Amino acid sequence: MNDWRILHIVLLLVALAACRHDDEIFIPERVEVSKPEYSAVAGFYLLNEGNMGSNKCTLDRYDYSTGIYTRNIYGSANPSVPKELGDVGNDLAIYGSRLYAVVNCSNKIEVMDAASCVRIGQIDIPNCRYIRFHEGFAYVTSYAGPVVIDPEYEQLGFVAKIDTLSLREVARCTVGFQPDGLEIVDDKIYVANSGGYRVPNYERRLSVIDLPSMTVVEEVDIDINLQHVQCDRYGGLWISSRGDYVESSSKLFCYDVRKRRIVAEVDVPVSNMVLQGDSLYIVSNAWSNVTMSDEPSYSIVDVVQKRVVCDNFITDGTDAAIRKPYGIAVNPITKDILVTDARNYVNPGYLYCYGSDGVLRWSVRTGDIPAHITFF
Amino acid sequence: MLLIAPAATLPAAATGVESRLDSMQYLNEVVVERRSTSRDAVIPAQSLGGKKLESLSALSVADAIRYFSGAQIKDYGGVGGIKSIDIRSMGTNHVGVFYDGLQLGNAQNGQIDLGKFSLDNIEEISMYNGQKSNIFQPAKDFGAAGTIYLRTRRPRFAEGRRTHVKLTMRTGSFGLANPSLLVEQKLSESVTANVSAEYTYATGRYRFRYRKVFSADGTLAWDTTATRHNGDIHSLRVEAGLFGRLDGGNWNLKAYYYDSDKGIPGAIVNNVWKNSQRQWDRNFFVQGHMQKLVGERYRFQANVKYAHDYMRYLNPDTTLMYIDNRFWQKELYVATAHNYAIIPDVWDANLSADYQWNSLNATLRDFAHPTRHTAWAALATAAQLGRLKLQASLLGTFVSDRAQAVAATGESRRRNASRHEWTPAAFVSYSAVASEHNVLNLRAFAKRSFRMPTFNDLYYTDLGNASLRPEKVNQYDLGLQYIFASGNNGALFHGLNLSADGYYNHVTDKIIAVPKGNGQYRWMMMNLGQVRIWGADITAQANFRLPGEVYVDAQLTYTYQLARDFSDPTDVADEAGTYKGQIAYIPRHSGSAVLHGAWRSVDLNYSFIYVGERYDNSSNIRANYVQPWYTHDLSAGYSLRLGTVKLKAQVEVNNLLNQQYEVIRNYPMPGRNYKLTLSMEM
Repeated sequence: MNDWRILHIVLLLVALAACRHDDEIFIPERVEVSKPEYSAVAGFYLLNEGNMGSNKCTLDRYDYSTGIYTRNIYGSANPSVPKELGDVGNDLAIYGSRLYAVVNCSNKIEVMDAASCVRIGQIDIPNCRYIRFHEGFAYVTSYAGPVVIDPEYEQLGFVAKIDTLSLREVARCTVGFQPDGLEIVDDKIYVANSGGYRVPNYERRLSVIDLPSMTVVEEVDIDINLQHVQCDRYGGLWISSRGDYVESSSKLFCYDVRKRRIVAEVDVPVSNMVLQGDSLYIVSNAWSNVTMSDEPSYSIVDVVQKRVVCDNFITDGTDAAIRKPYGIAVNPITKDILVTDARNYVNPGYLYCYGSDGVLRWSVRTGDIPAHITFF
Repeated sequence: MLLIAPAATLPAAATGVESRLDSMQYLNEVVVERRSTSRDAVIPAQSLGGKKLESLSALSVADAIRYFSGAQIKDYGGVGGIKSIDIRSMGTNHVGVFYDGLQLGNAQNGQIDLGKFSLDNIEEISMYNGQKSNIFQPAKDFGAAGTIYLRTRRPRFAEGRRTHVKLTMRTGSFGLANPSLLVEQKLSESVTANVSAEYTYATGRYRFRYRKVFSADGTLAWDTTATRHNGDIHSLRVEAGLFGRLDGGNWNLKAYYYDSDKGIPGAIVNNVWKNSQRQWDRNFFVQGHMQKLVGERYRFQANVKYAHDYMRYLNPDTTLMYIDNRFWQKELYVATAHNYAIIPDVWDANLSADYQWNSLNATLRDFAHPTRHTAWAALATAAQLGRLKLQASLLGTFVSDRAQAVAATGESRRRNASRHEWTPAAFVSYSAVASEHNVLNLRAFAKRSFRMPTFNDLYYTDLGNASLRPEKVNQYDLGLQYIFASGNNGALFHGLNLSADGYYNHVTDKIIAVPKGNGQYRWMMMNLGQVRIWGADITAQANFRLPGEVYVDAQLTYTYQLARDFSDPTDVADEAGTYKGQIAYIPRHSGSAVLHGAWRSVDLNYSFIYVGERYDNSSNIRANYVQPWYTHDLSAGYSLRLGTVKLKAQVEVNNLLNQQYEVIRNYPMPGRNYKLTLSMEM
């Protein structure tokens, strides 16, 4: 009898282990990573891109007041949204009381309440890339061309102007091929065009849009395959080029918006960059055909001196653990540096927090391809 | 009427007799499902054929292979969706698929889409671990780590007839319209011919449903139903063959043409419920085979094949990158095998030599236009020493590639690369207990094999890495098989066939994509992966004869696979670390059950497939978890004879419980679906 009972229990366990259950809303994972800290910056959101087709774009959050990092919060904040946040996040920003996530392969900008991450709505922009804000409007770059059936047609991208109150697109301006980063300075939008779909005939132009009329007023030749653009307080527009990955390497340019010409060229490869004060923090993975591996770098460019002033802002040697530095952010108050590690793009990534002295303070596992950070 | 032939269920290896299976496997025109297809195989194959295959409610070869222990199918869903096979977790590229004896090639990506091969004309599917352990075969057959043999129908005629015609029409869910025609003609006493043609149309539309609940109380959070779009397919298959007998041998010639136009349904992600990418395929090949016994001890075979494949991929969606790529592949293959009986029935030796030429052309910019010459030489020997059967082979593979390297300056130069590999294999089996009705076979094999980097791995613009080494596998297998045959036609319990194998596979230099440099998702192929696989395959088959002419046969399979990623020993930070994690989409547990009954002209079949929980990544965390799935399929067939005309109808209900599942994340599979097959033979 006893043997039979054991057999029954075993069979029951096998049956339970074997069966499907309903898919559940993901419960965010909370990890205590640091001691509480208090400053005017309460925390940040981190957008994980997720590999294409995986629908694993997820949102993480860190609160300085508790030192708790919370992974994958969108699902439980919005349990009625089918298929969650979407496929391949590409940018993240807070404007006013709202959080905007640009989700590239889901062709939308998700608009959430910045405090609760509860969904407010979405703006449908196909193949959307980067977002900036100005006087109540959001400006979004997109690779998407008009839908035409013509194999010879080459797709110019556009910048969409979106009313942040109605969440409607109100104007659109065609720019160069595959526009990426954009920056708004003195009633002008500067758009870095990549031409990434036209390999090897990359774009070289920076499109300058007149904000009131939403028309391109100037095109400036910079370098091939442009990506990021950020303006310092002296009117220096810092533009990164990805290079062509073969002959010409990734570089950084400074375009003076008043003199309307390139005033500096810095020979530093850029994967991602962020401006804090007069320091431009840069992470990169230059591919070496010699070692057949990435050569990560962590540098600081001084925007006044217009040169690299620090070759490696990580001072304690812990950069050895970082496989593929991908995203970067700097806390505007504490100057802590946040570096994300995308590892191999398909496994979960990591977030590293360095003090302003370049010493590792804490690190935490994130979602897949952690990339974009915005403070609140 | 279904008859079970006890002798046929006993493989030649078990009985130690070189049985003439060709004359035994058909009884009253019914093929008996059996474990062995080759008179010499040391380790018999898993096979599906005849009535059982017909009753399985499988549309494509891939659907049928799911019933083999140790095989996993990657299925992207729908009639036209890609279905590729992985044997014992070694990866799709290590599987050799042979169509009527000769390997199907794809030098471009090394993968064969088994969803393209309909079961209409297939008579038997066999799967071998290691290799077909029959030494009289082309050298290439010694190469793959696991092999699938698809055998099409050979012309067969009823007594006194010279022509056989079969018309079939299938229809059902997904807007399926699938007519096919088979004509077989006896041209002379020694030469027969056949032509088989099949057209498939399907809208590929089906409803799928996603839902989630709150983990706390199980109440519904969201629930959405949508229709799968862009899964339509039009395809045409035409085959023709000539089959001849020679004095002490036979020959055949075959031509095959396949043409398809299909949508690629794509991943279902937030805000994207429809895709528009399309693919066109045109595959053509001709092949010939001849074998002959010369004298008492020497026999040889010669094979030749020419294949021409075209593929076009179109992304017409101009909100994305517009892509219209075309690829052309050509393959020429010649092979000979020479078998000499050193001591007839006791000791054989075989020498095989093959040569193959491949080329790939594409409309890609700066394309490398690779060509490859491959030569194989295999030396093998087999011995039957009483109850012990031994076999050993050594395969030498010599590969020479030529490609163009285009520099950014537009200058191009030739690039040559040569590689060679030596791969040995050894098979042994021992009949431990052999009585009239019971046989216990113990068996083992060890094999080293490799797969060449494909043209895509080596030369695909930007992603390719010309310095790749071949990916290697060492396999070790230990198993046993027990066969019981009552030998008594009146017995209720008629036959039993149990087999169990434990194995260990070690994949090294695994070719994986790794990220490269700055920029968006740029990849490079590298020899960085390492996987260790511990597994068990168990199969049980039983035949029963119930009173009142009821025949029942049952099959159970179970597969256990611990397939762990040993690529990166440093990735152990926490539970998300990939080191020693179960590799993507390989379940620990999977299995199947088939129950087939026949009474006079009626066939009933129930089949069940179970695939346990998996992860879509070696990082085995909750976010990467993929649910188990299991489907129940039912089919019923009735056949009727009107004079010389045989009519048959079969109705199928697949996924009876309407389970909403995914084999690959974000690729929803069809729920309950139906199929009706009507056929007429004369």
